[in-house]
Amino acid sequence: MARTPRQRSDAEAPIRPAGAADLPLVVALDSETTGLAKPEYWREMFHRCARSGFFLVAVDESGLRGFIVGEVRAWEFGSPPCGWVFAVQVRPGARQAGLGSRLFAALCAAFRAAGVDRVRTMLARDDTVIHAFFRSQGMMAGPFIQLESRLD
Amino acid sequence: MRLQKATALALYAVLELAADPERQMTAVEMAEKYGISTHHLAKVLRDLGRAGLVAAVRGVGGGYRFAGNAKRLTLMDVVRLFEDTSAGSDLSAEEARQDIAQGLYFVLHEIDDQAAATLRSISLATMLKLIARRPWESEGKPAPARSAAQSPAARSAAQSPATRSAAHGPTMRRKPG
Repeated sequence: MARTPRQRSDAEAPIRPAGAADLPLVVALDSETTGLAKPEYWREMFHRCARSGFFLVAVDESGLRGFIVGEVRAWEFGSPPCGWVFAVQVRPGARQAGLGSRLFAALCAAFRAAGVDRVRTMLARDDTVIHAFFRSQGMMAGPFIQLESRLD
Repeated sequence: MRLQKATALALYAVLELAADPERQMTAVEMAEKYGISTHHLAKVLRDLGRAGLVAAVRGVGGGYRFAGNAKRLTLMDVVRLFEDTSAGSDLSAEEARQDIAQGLYFVLHEIDDQAAATLRSISLATMLKLIARRPWESEGKPAPARSAAQSPAARSAAQSPATRSAAHGPTMRRKPG
């Protein structure tokens, strides 16, 4: 199937580590897709990743197309070191063109370079879009189970 | 989790045909490949045809071919054609008044929620990639080959009314009719 020029641009937007100048664009994209602006959260995430994680962005001449955030964490819940994906977002108009897969592959490459051989994430059970995305990347249910309780 | 026989046959057929949308297969060819009843499979293929997932090709060399979008259709789209996946309750009015029955139903519903989310999240295209990757060979998950737990006797026991409700949970029931 022939791709439109716009899809080609989205798929080929270069991926690089985020810089401070990208932060407002990340906040805006997250706000656009989730309906909730969280500037403090993303600022803290950016500084945390600068120390020990990976905050990657896909940017082309038209701006931020998507981003992905992750970190290697060790021994939480008894788990050996493992890469965690905290967030992945692709601009709604840029989806279905392979950019999410390229962002995921770039983060996995960073995890491998950091010495881990497993990637993990957590997501809302009813978020079918993101669930299907991670499944399409080959992810399966892992050995952990998430439990929670109300604090009455 | 156990699926109704018709559901399993439908998934076999849809995935077999979706693996090569250009190819046509007859019900006999598919039934021989999987060692299943041609009569039962033909009925399932008719249901899949009515749902628009496969198309019958008439004439010499005819058969069935895939007619859907493998990136859009999920396992749940196939399963819900043959099983009732609604969140209804199987409890009788008397059971529904008992705390123990309500508590058990609450826990079994959690299992169904998880199963339904999994089936909704896996497209046919993703499933075909998974099959090609054969993760059961490296992940230590149960192998698809028949094991002792899947012997005819164990299967019969697993399908007894007492254990079936636990295996299926309270919400996935065979579709009537």
